[in-house]
Amino acid sequence: MWEFLANPILQITFRSLQISGTATLLSALWGLPLGVAIGIKTFPGKQLVKGVFNALLGLPTVALGLILYLLFSKSGALGFLQLFPSPQAIIIGQAILVTPIIVSLTTSAVESIDPDVKDLAKTLGASDTEASVAVLRESMGGVVLAIIASFNRAIAELGVALAVGANLRGRTQVLTTVIAMEINRGNIEYSIQLTIILLAIVFSITILTNLLQRRIK
Amino acid sequence: MRKNILIWIIALVLVAVVSVAGTAYFVGGGPKKKLVVSTTTSLYDTGLLDAIEDRFEEKYSADLYFISVGTGLSIIHAQRGDADMIMVHAPSMELTFLEEGYGTCRKILAYNFFAIVGPKVDPANIKDPSPLQALSKIVDAGRRENAKWVSRGDDSGTHIKEKELWTAAGFDWALIREEEWYVEAGSGMGKTLQVADNLDAYTLADMGTYLKYYKDGIITLKTLVTQGEELLNVYSAIAGNLVRHPHINFEDAITFIKFLISEEGQEIISNFGKDVYGQSLFYPAVNLLKQNTDPTIVQWIKNYAFFDGYECPPEYLSDHPELYT
Repeated sequence: MWEFLANPILQITFRSLQISGTATLLSALWGLPLGVAIGIKTFPGKQLVKGVFNALLGLPTVALGLILYLLFSKSGALGFLQLFPSPQAIIIGQAILVTPIIVSLTTSAVESIDPDVKDLAKTLGASDTEASVAVLRESMGGVVLAIIASFNRAIAELGVALAVGANLRGRTQVLTTVIAMEINRGNIEYSIQLTIILLAIVFSITILTNLLQRRIK
Repeated sequence: MRKNILIWIIALVLVAVVSVAGTAYFVGGGPKKKLVVSTTTSLYDTGLLDAIEDRFEEKYSADLYFISVGTGLSIIHAQRGDADMIMVHAPSMELTFLEEGYGTCRKILAYNFFAIVGPKVDPANIKDPSPLQALSKIVDAGRRENAKWVSRGDDSGTHIKEKELWTAAGFDWALIREEEWYVEAGSGMGKTLQVADNLDAYTLADMGTYLKYYKDGIITLKTLVTQGEELLNVYSAIAGNLVRHPHINFEDAITFIKFLISEEGQEIISNFGKDVYGQSLFYPAVNLLKQNTDPTIVQWIKNYAFFDGYECPPEYLSDHPELYT
């Protein structure tokens, strides 16, 4: 049993799930409230804020990876944190990467539900926060989609993980970085195995959520 | 509505035509024949191959394409017929490549020495004439948690050299790679140097890449051990095999190898980097081997990079004996 758990493929897979899962959770922590707030509030510059988050949806991972590497590397502005190379650095990078996805999709989901929900909640004596929670519950489908899309983007990205994790064996290797390395080493078969695992994770999570959502409705 | 769809289709067709035409324009399709060379990163990343390419293309009509990867993938490229020739630095893998019938006309082009580099404070105190003793000291210091070692870990020529060094120093690489102080980067030389620099660790580096990163101020690691037969690094060129892959550009591959071993080609190799780094990054090997000008080095090269006493065993010459006269 323990020998099975020491299998490098399993370790890499677990590390991938853990890093990208944590990154998604982190970005949900700040992204969901932000998305709901932008969705239900009216304030000057709202369209601009939404535009910025929409633009950041297409943030190239190599660009973000490079910026974070320059910040985290020993001679960078945040070099004293000693984050390069580490799994923590990948988590931070992926969390930043998927934040625009969470915010934009949550905002759209919130905006698409009937504005009466919030008013109704308020007439029934709900506080601002309680009303927000009611709105969030109504737009649950969109929120779940936001989280799943974020996780899939995180686990499938290569640029950030390679730049700030540096693909250290047994330490910062994740599925995508190992696939890229094994292709370079000429181990095409091993890369294919890992690619199948990566695809299986992405697809099965999507299918599971679809089933769950149907069950809820 | 219908009008909108029409405009959309026109736009789509326009974009498609422009992008396809643009790609075709840039990717080539000129009268020149393509010569695809799959090469180790240390030759390419230093800029040597760019210098060679310019001079070669002035004289000959072939159009050089370099694919810069590790020695492992270079060989796969040639095995699959994706490359017409390779330029690599891992004699043990080159021999297998020849024996499997994928390569012909191997020529040793140049040599230099790997260096063991590490933090300025040198926690393992490896300033010592012998590379193998230095490695033992690093292992001791590593086990006392005083030092770290970063390995390329990518099956490149440098990584293969590193594994050979551990074996020669009396260690089982498969065991020490599991130890806490041993870090595997699984990346190119540049990235590995950056990781070592950030971890204050030792690593094995090719001088070319090291000097480039050091002079550019990207790393502060110092060269600590640079001498010794064990650190010898030999670069060779090997053409593909027409029998295996009839479509490869064998003719231009031979022309290019001849250029590399010509006086002009060897001079480019010899002078490369002198202006920027104050020293040669690669030493030419052709005249050295022909005239035996430095018997010690020649003997080292023969011990390390000759197969049964041959630069290229006769069965792999492929009707080009003139390369060896």
